[in-house]
Amino acid sequence: MSDITSQSLSSLINNIKNKKLSSEEATKAFIDRSNKSKELNTYVTEDFSNAILKAKKFDEKPNFDLKLPGIPMAVKDLFCTKDIKTTAGSKILENFIPTYESTVTQNIWNEGAILLGKLNCDEFAMGSSNETSFFGNVQNPIDKGLVPGGSSGGSSAAVSGQLTPITIGTDTGGSIRQPASFTGTVGLKPTYGSCSRYGIVAFASSLDQAGPMAQNVQDCALLQEVISSYDTKDSTSIDFNRNEYSKELTKEIKGKKIGIPKEYRVDGMPKEIEDLWQKGIEYAKDCGAEIIDISLPHTSYALPTYYIVAPAEASSNLARYDGVKYGFRAKGENLIDMYEKTRSEGFGAEVQRRIMIGTYVLSSGYYDAYYLKAQKVRKLIKNDFDEAYKKVDAILTPSTPSSAFKIGEKKDDPVSMYLNDIFTVPVNLAGLPAISIPAGHDEKGYPLGLQIIGKAFKEQEVLNIAYAMEDKIGFQNKITDWWIK
Amino acid sequence: MNIDLKTIKHISKLSRISVDEKKAEKLAGDLNSIFKFIEKLNELKTDKVEPLTSVAETTLRLRSDEVKSENIRDQIIKNSPEENEDFFVVPKVVE
Repeated sequence: MSDITSQSLSSLINNIKNKKLSSEEATKAFIDRSNKSKELNTYVTEDFSNAILKAKKFDEKPNFDLKLPGIPMAVKDLFCTKDIKTTAGSKILENFIPTYESTVTQNIWNEGAILLGKLNCDEFAMGSSNETSFFGNVQNPIDKGLVPGGSSGGSSAAVSGQLTPITIGTDTGGSIRQPASFTGTVGLKPTYGSCSRYGIVAFASSLDQAGPMAQNVQDCALLQEVISSYDTKDSTSIDFNRNEYSKELTKEIKGKKIGIPKEYRVDGMPKEIEDLWQKGIEYAKDCGAEIIDISLPHTSYALPTYYIVAPAEASSNLARYDGVKYGFRAKGENLIDMYEKTRSEGFGAEVQRRIMIGTYVLSSGYYDAYYLKAQKVRKLIKNDFDEAYKKVDAILTPSTPSSAFKIGEKKDDPVSMYLNDIFTVPVNLAGLPAISIPAGHDEKGYPLGLQIIGKAFKEQEVLNIAYAMEDKIGFQNKITDWWIK
Repeated sequence: MNIDLKTIKHISKLSRISVDEKKAEKLAGDLNSIFKFIEKLNELKTDKVEPLTSVAETTLRLRSDEVKSENIRDQIIKNSPEENEDFFVVPKVVE
């Protein structure tokens, strides 16, 4: 069978079930392409020989009732995988081998999928370009020298470059949706509490959420169905009625009310983003949706709020990296000196910056002025969405304020880097589900994405709207295989 | 708000990250531009707003206090940066 790696997940599953393709053939095809794609720098850890063994084992005794029968896939290196190195893109975890498995990845293996390896990401998921990774930046398959977005940049590049049929990422402020948008792929951030956080290297616990990334909405729905589960090992996992997202997927969205928030028309937004948004509105109308103008008045306060809340939580979560129980340790003259040198040498610049911000806003005398203030504004942001959802079923916005930028372009200006997440961050603060779907190209031919934000726990609705619009948009990703050796 | 080198040294101590002069200067510049951006929140009056601590509107669950994993000392020690059979090792803390 030719061109295995360009197939969608659904067709791979069909071909495996109909015995036109073995798991071993599929696995070897993705490994072969991954081996020719070193220049993208997507993998931190490859587990190829084990993957072939597992695929052979699957083929000997196939179980076609599973949702991901013998499907090879790579995952973001933020998910703990038992006995397989998990680095979170950091020097401090360079040699960390978990003795347990994250719930989300366990759910995936339980449905028959096979691990190919671990994908590069920004260090501790802190970044929007994959440039903060200790293991180097990732190339966007769309064009040489272009960032793949971040923090799930290895994940987005691997799906877009067809090194894995599907993958999972994590999204704290846009880390699934922004890279999906930059690479012409689909990425869903589920409702907070939908996917277990157990075994995911923690960044900002009240915002972190795992989610699926794929070539199309249908594949995304199937993977969401697999990874979302109630889990007692995560104290914020929520026990709600989960849909069978792929089976219940429908393009019938007639009469759905879709809100257009005027505050997302930000100053200096490129015309091509504005045009894309307008086209998106037309596509939604073509699908039979009703378009309603809405207001989310506190939108411009979301990023400043995020840059207090997320670093505060990160400074607390990352306190555990002290060189004692696991991870990198630097030599020190005494215990305190050892801690300070370990953290100074083990963390990269962006992580140190965020720990410092977090420590400062939580420190004595500043807590009320910053952290408490941010929590209050977070409430106002959530209230905006609650109010809007009295009138609409979902909200349509651009995913990002620009297409992918050049490697190095924003590296030295943290604030301009943070502005990338202007449309995605409010969703995390309010804990809502949102998807990014590719919807067009800019004049350079780089992909642009649209974001559909739903009500809490209404992943099905978000997926349905995305599914219907995807059909109308008819997006084709322009991949030239420039990196293949 | 101006974050000076003294403040950077203070935060560096609190967060247990050593910084030299050069790094402190760079951090002061970065943090000042980030805090300038954050100050925008002061435009909002929030006296009567309840802070939002979690979007998951559930009360924390209780569970029975049972031992679920036994004899996992080897697993726990396994990733320890300094080799030792049974313990985590740190530099000497008591003279």
